[in-house]
Amino acid sequence: MPTRRAKIPATKYPVERFALDNGLRVVLTPDRSAPVIGVAVVYDVGIRSEPQGRTGFAHLFEHLMFQGSENLEKLAHFRHVQGAGGTFNGSTHFDYTDYFETLPSNALERALFLEADRMRGPRLTEENLRNQVDVVKEEIRVNVLNRPYGGFPWLTLPPVMFDTFPNAHDGYGSFDDLESATVADAADFFRHYYASGNAVLAVSGDIDVAEATALIERHFGDVPARPAPERPDFAEPDLTTERRSTYTDALAPLPAVASAWRVPDPVTDFAGYLPFVVLAEVLTDGDASRLVERLVQRDRTVTGLGGYLSFMGDPFDVRDPTALLLQAHLPPGGDVDKVLRTIDEELDRLATDGLTDGELARTQARMATHLLRDTDAVLGRALRMAVLEQQRGEPGLLNELPRLVGAVTEEQVRAAAATLRPERRASVEVVAGGAR
Amino acid sequence: MTTTTVRPLPALGPNRRLTVPKQAERTLGNGLTVIAVRRPAVPLVELRLWMPFGRAHLARGAMLAQTVLAGTEAHSATEIAAELQKVGGGLSAGVDPDRLMLSGAGLVTGLDRMLELLVEVLTGASYPGDWVATERDRLVDRIQVAQSQPSHLARTALLTRVYGRHPYATQTPEPDQVRAVRPAALRRLHAERVHPAGAVLVLVGDVQPTRALDAAEAALAGWRGDGHVAELPPAPPLEPGPLLLVDRPGSVQSSLRLALPAVPRTHPDHAALQLANLLFGGYFSSRWVENIREDKGYTYGPHSVVEHSVAGSVLVAGAEVATEVTAPALLETSYELGRLATVPPKPDELEQARQYALGTLQLGMSTQAGLASLTSAYAGNGLRLDFLAEHAARLAAATVDDVAEVAARYLAPAKAVTVVLGDAARVADSLAALVPVRTEGAST
Repeated sequence: MPTRRAKIPATKYPVERFALDNGLRVVLTPDRSAPVIGVAVVYDVGIRSEPQGRTGFAHLFEHLMFQGSENLEKLAHFRHVQGAGGTFNGSTHFDYTDYFETLPSNALERALFLEADRMRGPRLTEENLRNQVDVVKEEIRVNVLNRPYGGFPWLTLPPVMFDTFPNAHDGYGSFDDLESATVADAADFFRHYYASGNAVLAVSGDIDVAEATALIERHFGDVPARPAPERPDFAEPDLTTERRSTYTDALAPLPAVASAWRVPDPVTDFAGYLPFVVLAEVLTDGDASRLVERLVQRDRTVTGLGGYLSFMGDPFDVRDPTALLLQAHLPPGGDVDKVLRTIDEELDRLATDGLTDGELARTQARMATHLLRDTDAVLGRALRMAVLEQQRGEPGLLNELPRLVGAVTEEQVRAAAATLRPERRASVEVVAGGAR
Repeated sequence: MTTTTVRPLPALGPNRRLTVPKQAERTLGNGLTVIAVRRPAVPLVELRLWMPFGRAHLARGAMLAQTVLAGTEAHSATEIAAELQKVGGGLSAGVDPDRLMLSGAGLVTGLDRMLELLVEVLTGASYPGDWVATERDRLVDRIQVAQSQPSHLARTALLTRVYGRHPYATQTPEPDQVRAVRPAALRRLHAERVHPAGAVLVLVGDVQPTRALDAAEAALAGWRGDGHVAELPPAPPLEPGPLLLVDRPGSVQSSLRLALPAVPRTHPDHAALQLANLLFGGYFSSRWVENIREDKGYTYGPHSVVEHSVAGSVLVAGAEVATEVTAPALLETSYELGRLATVPPKPDELEQARQYALGTLQLGMSTQAGLASLTSAYAGNGLRLDFLAEHAARLAAATVDDVAEVAARYLAPAKAVTVVLGDAARVADSLAALVPVRTEGAST
């Protein structure tokens, strides 16, 4: 008798959507169970849109958005959010840039004011630009240059897999490009991409919908209308022969490898894409997963393993082209070729023999827990819904994800595994230069 | 200058009062305390089991955490993981000088099953030889990777410098010590130290608290054993002295770390010290961040925090700064500490920090995972959630004078223990222009 499967629960977060006359799209999802709110503004511009010769610009610009705006001096944004008891941040992705706060709910109007003010216009000054170029360089040093495995694999694998500048370049940026950025570049970037028509505002948590709607109209209603720029097609052909690349990491004590295969378009072919999201977990989620059992426990050829969709690990926040990634850390003297051969073998086995009894159901139950846990925080909900609105016009998809993940079939997972052929694979290998 | 409408900053609405969620507590016959808290936002439950673990052998303790879930008489490690997965669950183990912690989360419908598997591990972990051997190698590799991370090396140097001969001084075992750990030693350590007396289980989520206590009692009442209890000696007072410069040739950044005295959560100075720490470097809108990041661009993420352990509390400030500005960054750090210790803060600056402290209490309680971790951390230090309300009242009552007084008492730069990890050849001379410096090689 097949194993009984855990019932996959769903959430019922309410969703209100509307657009202002200036094109700003808004998503509200009220939840009055705790006196806190999440506010997210997402702009449809990311690393893939930055100009040639301006690597790292989308991220640098994210920093500039915190440096004052029409009615706010430098440092005021931070002080007003934190002085209201909240926290804030922003982040730059391949396909979008987000700005967000989570605060006690009595600060709703203040948060809306702050976001509207910088949507009208950040203060782009030479002094702030130079200061933030320095800060970003320190960020790159701490996250990439001064530590082992810095940028592996999110910065080091795309240039192996892709050929065009938008998909292949270093999204953190070269110091040369960062240093030569100008205030005029920033003003252009803002005018082009930070248009009200290119943005989504999401507010979640302890709000009254009518009151929040009125406040949003009050603060964002007179942001000048600018349409969204046309988004270029970033498509690239799939690989037909295997690609491999190797580099020495002077600080890394042990070898590592990451491989990626292209997957169906996450937006236009969601049904085709979802089985890959499930497959990544079947392969790598915990001690009971296929590749952990085989590579870590049985063969002892790797010491740590991860599998996920998209270079930043955000399966539902990314557009085409993207990939399924597997990354592994190896013991001293580990054999990367052997690890890749075993992965091929296990993928073959999965495609040919299928899954074991209960293997799929338990993986899906665990994925449901992860999805529910991520959206338990009001801010997690606001961010997710903002991106789902922006990329799909479907913020309520958030409620559906656990069920949709649960509906993926064994046949679909097998078929997905069968596409991960060596000739479609791009890999990057870290050679340990820091062994002592 | 363009002319734009001047828009006033909207005022805040009235503060919502901090309400502590519904909870229940029971101490079982075997000495285990169970605390259950209701937060039904999503159909999940969070689990934290805090077991006192002071003075445990460092390498064996680390290996026990690495392998406690590696199998029982009834189930292999793979089967345990699969059984937990079936109910959307997972467990992991971690260890520090105070405690061994088992934590996890799963679908609330799987609570009973998670508890069954938990007790199976607690009473029957078998430490199978082949699995232990694999995990031993993995842990050794992980330690080796950690030892190539500047943040780890700086922390290691700071702990040694701060704690001297106290058990807190060394928190990561050496690879050779790990290689020497055998399954028999793990079984012995488990029998000796993994027991219910003094342990606290926290369950938070979509549960009726009394029903969750019943479920925990049904599952865990049979967990027996009350071996050995080890009290930690109080942490020693900080002893300022020369700056310790740890050489890491070729570093493109220096890791700057300062330790300053602090007090436990229950100390009368705690709330005011928390506010003083925020003013100095404890949040983004602090003097230190505004100075060395937003004004001078020396660093990406400077931060200071009061760390509470069972045997003592300490304030730690850390920043990764460009090599060429290492000494200037230290100069600005001492300046900001000295200014806070000798000049009272402005009332509006204090209000801003106070609102942040109060607001983040609300935020920390607003998720199941946050509430579970907070409840567990408090319980490990003998406190309960109602302490939150008392602490909020103390934060609300602290005056400018209170904060000035604690800043002088705890944050004066003369009281700091300072460690810098970086390229000594490039930074030693300029640091020596500011303070006496003692240089040593990296410890690994």
